[in-house]
Amino acid sequence: MVSTAENKTQYKVVGTRPIRHDGLEKVTGQARYSADINLPGMLHGKVLRSPHAHAIIKSIDISRALALPGVESVITSADLPQPSGRVADLGEGAMMNPKFLSNNVLASDKVLYKGHAVAAVAAADQHVAEEALGRIDVEYEVLPPVLNAVDAMKEGAPILHERLYTAENPFVRPGGLRDDSDPEGGSNVASHFVFELGDLEKGFAEADVVVERGFRTKAVHQGYIEPHSATAMWNRDGHVTIWCSSQGQFAMRDQSALILDISMSQIKVIPLEIGGGFGGKTLVYLEPVAALLSKMTGRPVKVSMSRQEVFEGTGPTSGSFMKVKMGATKDGRITATTATLIYEAGAFPGSPINPGVQCMFGPYDIANGRVEGYDVVINTQKTAAYRAPGAPAAAYAAESVIDELAEKLNIDPIDFRVRNAAKEGTRRLTGPVFPRIGYLETLEAAKNHPHWSAPLEGPNRGRGIATGFWFNGSGPSSATASVNQDGTVSLVEGSPDIGGTRAAVAMQMAEVLGLPAEDVHPSVGDTDSIGFTSTTGGSSVAFKTGWASYEAAQDIKRQMIERAAYIWDVSAEDVDLTDGVFHHKSDPELRFTFKELAGLLLETGGPIVGSAAVNPGGVGGAFAIHIADVEVDPETGKTEVLRYTALQDVGKAVHPSYVEGQIQGGAVQGIGWALNEEYFFDDEGCMTNSSFLDYRMPTSLDLPMIDTVMVEVPNPGHPFGVRGVGEVPIVPPMAAIANAIKAATGVRMTNLPMSPGEVLKALWDSEESKNSD
Amino acid sequence: MSKKIHVQTNINGLDVDLLCESRQSLLEVLRDVLNMTGTKEGCNDGNCGACSVIVDGRLIDSCLMLGVEAEGKEITTIEGVAYTHGLHPIQQSFLENAALQCGICTPGFIVAAKALLENEPEADEGRVRHWLAGNLCRCTGYDKIVRAVLDAGKTMATQSKSES
Repeated sequence: MVSTAENKTQYKVVGTRPIRHDGLEKVTGQARYSADINLPGMLHGKVLRSPHAHAIIKSIDISRALALPGVESVITSADLPQPSGRVADLGEGAMMNPKFLSNNVLASDKVLYKGHAVAAVAAADQHVAEEALGRIDVEYEVLPPVLNAVDAMKEGAPILHERLYTAENPFVRPGGLRDDSDPEGGSNVASHFVFELGDLEKGFAEADVVVERGFRTKAVHQGYIEPHSATAMWNRDGHVTIWCSSQGQFAMRDQSALILDISMSQIKVIPLEIGGGFGGKTLVYLEPVAALLSKMTGRPVKVSMSRQEVFEGTGPTSGSFMKVKMGATKDGRITATTATLIYEAGAFPGSPINPGVQCMFGPYDIANGRVEGYDVVINTQKTAAYRAPGAPAAAYAAESVIDELAEKLNIDPIDFRVRNAAKEGTRRLTGPVFPRIGYLETLEAAKNHPHWSAPLEGPNRGRGIATGFWFNGSGPSSATASVNQDGTVSLVEGSPDIGGTRAAVAMQMAEVLGLPAEDVHPSVGDTDSIGFTSTTGGSSVAFKTGWASYEAAQDIKRQMIERAAYIWDVSAEDVDLTDGVFHHKSDPELRFTFKELAGLLLETGGPIVGSAAVNPGGVGGAFAIHIADVEVDPETGKTEVLRYTALQDVGKAVHPSYVEGQIQGGAVQGIGWALNEEYFFDDEGCMTNSSFLDYRMPTSLDLPMIDTVMVEVPNPGHPFGVRGVGEVPIVPPMAAIANAIKAATGVRMTNLPMSPGEVLKALWDSEESKNSD
Repeated sequence: MSKKIHVQTNINGLDVDLLCESRQSLLEVLRDVLNMTGTKEGCNDGNCGACSVIVDGRLIDSCLMLGVEAEGKEITTIEGVAYTHGLHPIQQSFLENAALQCGICTPGFIVAAKALLENEPEADEGRVRHWLAGNLCRCTGYDKIVRAVLDAGKTMATQSKSES
């Protein structure tokens, strides 16, 4: 369902639902993903991983492994250049201390989590490689691990990085190391910062009701179905080709170059189809390892992870400890809020604490507030970005407290949000002022949705809502498009396509040129074939690469108008393109369809190629509100989601089916996070549920249909009004479900996940406290 | 290197002779020996369904069967689902319903859906959700997949009626 908020331009292609260009290859099994590469003479690599969460590597003896027939090479971090500990800005969103990046790929002096890569083998096949891993003898001195942020911040806690200092500025990337001459010791707190606005004391004094709560969430994995895999060939001239799937072929190139200490132009990364990423495929893991093994052996090497390795060796998102205090007046006006967020970064600095803090109170106009953030290292997997990094946990805390305030004041929870809603001109607690946004329109759509007024029949059932904000991203992006003589256009773009963005990007070009979507053929270029394009992340691709595609189309349009003018011997100013027809503005005889003119190009001056390289501003934030109905089984504590509706301001939905898909997928990841998913660790820091059997993601059987409502408040900062859509749908679900469980049971769940055992315990505790009253 | 075993099997209607090690799974044999990479590895322990294939009419995870067990069997993989000159109704329905995002789980879902709908084209939503519970998708939230399978079932039911 599309809900139109205001009159808008009518488009011919944008807003329609063509079959995606890459669909056929994906339903027939022809599409090639990272592990689908098989090269002549290829060797298979495997990675040895640490059995300890925290230990010093005393020695590594590879001789017995090398002696195994079929083993061609064994590498350790000693074979990698050791980069400096100076923080480098390599790209958005992720920590980029080269030493940490390198040490996460292969540990040097210490292992910092169970599953940390220690060595790698290249062998004739993967079974031999696996056998060889058991013949690498590593001597460890085991150290006590620290497994949560609260313990890690205590005086006397085991220190992960002896030289790590605490950055005190939110805009400084954490992960800086002290010089060796500096006598100060290291800290597990990589970053600590505060945002403040207004007068807190005055704000809380004005409040009639104050709610204060603490929350705890656990690490959860992105859960993409495709395990990481990389294949590399180190050529004799020093140039390296890497085939892999990632969210950014340029990020893989640049990070690999940094770790291997070679020039980025020596590496060509060929992006294969990516089988899910959700933020988790933005960092290198295997790429430099495969490259180095290829260098050692002179043969192509493929290294693939098992599912267990994906869980134990790649980034989940942060667990968190959060405290929120919020006050409001009787008539439902928020007067002040404070929050402290402690995010667990895992073994290396760089949790998404900053975006978490920035998005936490995004939906609200709050005059007085203070938010404090901590980025803390612990002996678990180094975290990586996960869909709206940092925002979901923060929103879980904020939206639970807001629900409680509305409940105490006996105000409808949607009305309460309407009274405090951010709108154009509102200054966020963290500084920026909103341009035109569609939060109020989205709340209005929820209020009017039949779900909101439908009766909830039966016992143990409850309905909850929550809202969410994600600021959305942009970044450098490139597109090149060639006009074919048959009137179609071949478009090469730089953004790996995770969920249908080829279609969304091609459609924006088709719109400009007056072509059907099917006549623009999009493909994703390798790092030698297309200009630099920043990572597919931050809900940026339909926006930034859509914009590059729009500009490349304008370039084609301009050149084709000039060509028509040349053929007709008229001024280019008198020629225009309307609905796919080039025509003279005053002489109706002079007209070419796009296809007719395309067929004449070679004989009238040569081919036409349009290109664009952009780094657009004008990003528009996204808001969502979700409505969840649940039933809680009082015997087992199991929560069943009965009905779910997700409403969102999508700006302009370029391909509405794939926008719906993003909303549904994000909502369901959030439902998994809310109800089932978590990393379990034993006391030694070993993950005890590293399989899809024990790490329980939602299945088709666990869910109802996910209804979506696309509210369209066009982003004035984009030619077609596009806002990013992919991330904000994972922000509201945890609080929406927690609020629904509260409505169903009277119990407020302040820890994630709200698994059956946890809910049952909370129900029993609440019974006990009632009985003791 | 362990000794290889000669296996005679039938894959997507073609007789195939292959050599594999006794420790190789059917999934490995398909992907690494025969280069049929349409069947995907998601977990290699029978929990995600990305490697679904049909063996003698039965839906299985190919990571849980040994390659040598393919001897004398008839196997259908994703590469054998489409017709010579067109897509299978399930494939067409996945495209029309936008039932895929990244596409890595798609071959497994299509093969699983085929195993269901060929016997029960009129399966309802509950049955479809139950049947597909062995296939994990992380992108779509299953909504559009379930709709695509229900739609394909209707098409297949109509087709089989008009054929009979």
